[in-house]
Amino acid sequence: MPDAIFADPRLWQIVGLSLGVSLSAVALATLIGLPLGAAIAVGRFPGRQAVIVTLNALMGLPPVVVGLAIYLLLSRAGPLGELGLLFTPQAMVIAQTVLVLPIIAALARQAVEDAWREYEEQLRSLGVDGLRGALTVLWDIRCSLLTAVLAGLGRASAEVGAVMIVGGNIDGVTRVMTTTIALETSKGDLPLALGLGAVLICIVLALNAGAHLVKQAAERRYG
Amino acid sequence: MDLRRLLLAAALAAATNAWAQDRFIVVSSTTSTENSGLFRHILPLFKQQTGVDVRVVAQGTGQALDMGRRGDCDVVFVHNRDAELKMVEEGWFVNRHDVMYNDFVIVGPKADPAKVADSKDVVAAFSKIRDAQAPFASRGDKSGTHAAELGLWKMAGIEPKGDWYRETGSGMGATLNTASGMNAYALADRGTWLSFKNRGELAIAVQGDQRLFNQYGVMLVNPAKHPHVKRDLGQAFIDWLVSPQGQAAIAAYKIGGEQLFFPNARR
Amino acid sequence: MNGILPLRLEGVSYAAGGRTLIERTSLTLEAGASTIVLGANGAGKSVLMRLMHGLLAPSSGRVAWQTEGPRRRQAMVFQRPVMLRRSALANVLYALDAAGVPAAQQLRLAREALEEVGLAHAAGRPARVLSGGEQQRLALARAWALHPEVLFLDEPTASLDPGATREIEAVIKAFDVSGTKIVMSTHSLGQARRLGDEIIFLHQGRVAERASVEAFFRQPASAEAAAFIKGELPWI
Repeated sequence: MPDAIFADPRLWQIVGLSLGVSLSAVALATLIGLPLGAAIAVGRFPGRQAVIVTLNALMGLPPVVVGLAIYLLLSRAGPLGELGLLFTPQAMVIAQTVLVLPIIAALARQAVEDAWREYEEQLRSLGVDGLRGALTVLWDIRCSLLTAVLAGLGRASAEVGAVMIVGGNIDGVTRVMTTTIALETSKGDLPLALGLGAVLICIVLALNAGAHLVKQAAERRYG
Repeated sequence: MDLRRLLLAAALAAATNAWAQDRFIVVSSTTSTENSGLFRHILPLFKQQTGVDVRVVAQGTGQALDMGRRGDCDVVFVHNRDAELKMVEEGWFVNRHDVMYNDFVIVGPKADPAKVADSKDVVAAFSKIRDAQAPFASRGDKSGTHAAELGLWKMAGIEPKGDWYRETGSGMGATLNTASGMNAYALADRGTWLSFKNRGELAIAVQGDQRLFNQYGVMLVNPAKHPHVKRDLGQAFIDWLVSPQGQAAIAAYKIGGEQLFFPNARR
Repeated sequence: MNGILPLRLEGVSYAAGGRTLIERTSLTLEAGASTIVLGANGAGKSVLMRLMHGLLAPSSGRVAWQTEGPRRRQAMVFQRPVMLRRSALANVLYALDAAGVPAAQQLRLAREALEEVGLAHAAGRPARVLSGGEQQRLALARAWALHPEVLFLDEPTASLDPGATREIEAVIKAFDVSGTKIVMSTHSLGQARRLGDEIIFLHQGRVAERASVEAFFRQPASAEAAAFIKGELPWI
């Protein structure tokens, strides 16, 4: 079994799609989530505590529920049906972005809020506060934020519920590692499913190791 | 400013044009059909002939029909004749064509606590299983297989209830996994069973009864209800399925030398 | 040129957590003389400095500068310097950018400031790996680049060894000579003598005495000041 699956070009197509979808979702969620978390950390507005609690709670959004919600939005019978995005990799990216965004934003908020205590006085003394101050702190603690991004990546690459519903697990088009594992399990081909699971774990491990090396190099450079 | 807008419009047009050139249709079908491997065999033949990609979204029959109703696919290919005809009447689909049939089998533990092995009477076998209170794994998911199973219980005059009757609420493969794990009886389509690798102690107990006959039908989603439906490409697929080439492709699909599906489209 | 001095505190008080940390105070800071805010730990020096610099809003009264300019004409150096994870030069550039200094001038002003405090050789090094004394000098360079009218310093050498302290005091003297008004808090009598022209002595949130350095040390007018100089002031 083991040699056979590695030789199959379909496996690498599936791996490529999995990485493409999850990395795109994490990138989008990071782009939106980091400034969002920083803004909430530094801002003072009515209902702030409620926003923080809600954001933290959304970290636990069930993937299958997100999938269902996005499906209903993108379905032809739904409000965004015109876009024809259902059962495409783009829909999968959207669903995973929604899933990962609260994780990155909530963790960023905590990190920035903790750091703000150290930076606030000095930055305000220099005339920097509000959003500019938040972004300065965000950039300064970027190495710690990496953990938040990796948490998001872990969630995205591990989930099957959202991508299954909005992607449809179409052979060659929207089939990713997790949905393939689910499919092979349901066909009773457990050794193959386990093999794919091992491949998935190795890939995520490699990504994390790479991120760790980058972080160490940056810390050596910037102190 | 104008030049930039012009370039952007041109790029967008080229991109969407390229997308449209990628000719494909979305077909909603059932997990049992997908799991049998039939599509991987016949769809490349269709693409060779017409250049059209067929994207299959596989789920339970109930979900598949619902997808057609919502307009999220172009063609529906399932095995629940009564439900299909009802929806054609309601106007969700243009019409319905017979394509092929396969049969169901009852699988069960080799130890055979209900003593139904090699029986040719499925209704009697169901009665014996209930009498013996032998564990039975049901799909319980509104699928075509589930509907067939419920029909058989009805024929036996039994309402299946009790600890021995387990509804998994999942697809054919998952239900067989559960049956294998519990050493239970289950109703399965032959196709899924033949390609199922986690058999454990299970083997075919009952087969060959006419009432285990499972008819597949294909339907085009009604463009009157959903104008975006790819009518021509969808119809091309349906026409191919019932054509001699399509029917031959279906008959040619074998697992371990055994034919799974028997084409029976009417001219 | 319209300067921001004199600074007027009118009936300013500050309370937090149910305690009054600064009692109703009115005072004026004029240009020229270096002002030392002296007192024991807990006397309220840090709070008073932050009220004057604008980091804290007074619970009552008002803090009024002569003119409210769009560019910040004051800077503050804290006991522990807070540096961004960038090079020393980049930290100074950041401050210049925040103050709205035109990009064309930023590099020149930053390099001059580093030169002034003796950190030109460390311009490219990450600020966070510099020693405590070097980071404090960098904080002063950051303030120097802005050429402020007023420089607040909140116990700038409290965490430094004597060698580093001497270097910092030298830079502060340079600020003074260049025309910046120094307002510095300290609990070190020696430092007050070396750097100050006048003393504002704080005791339990109240200005107990204000006098020139010579007058204060020769003959303190208040009992608390006398006790402090004799080193007998009970810790609050």
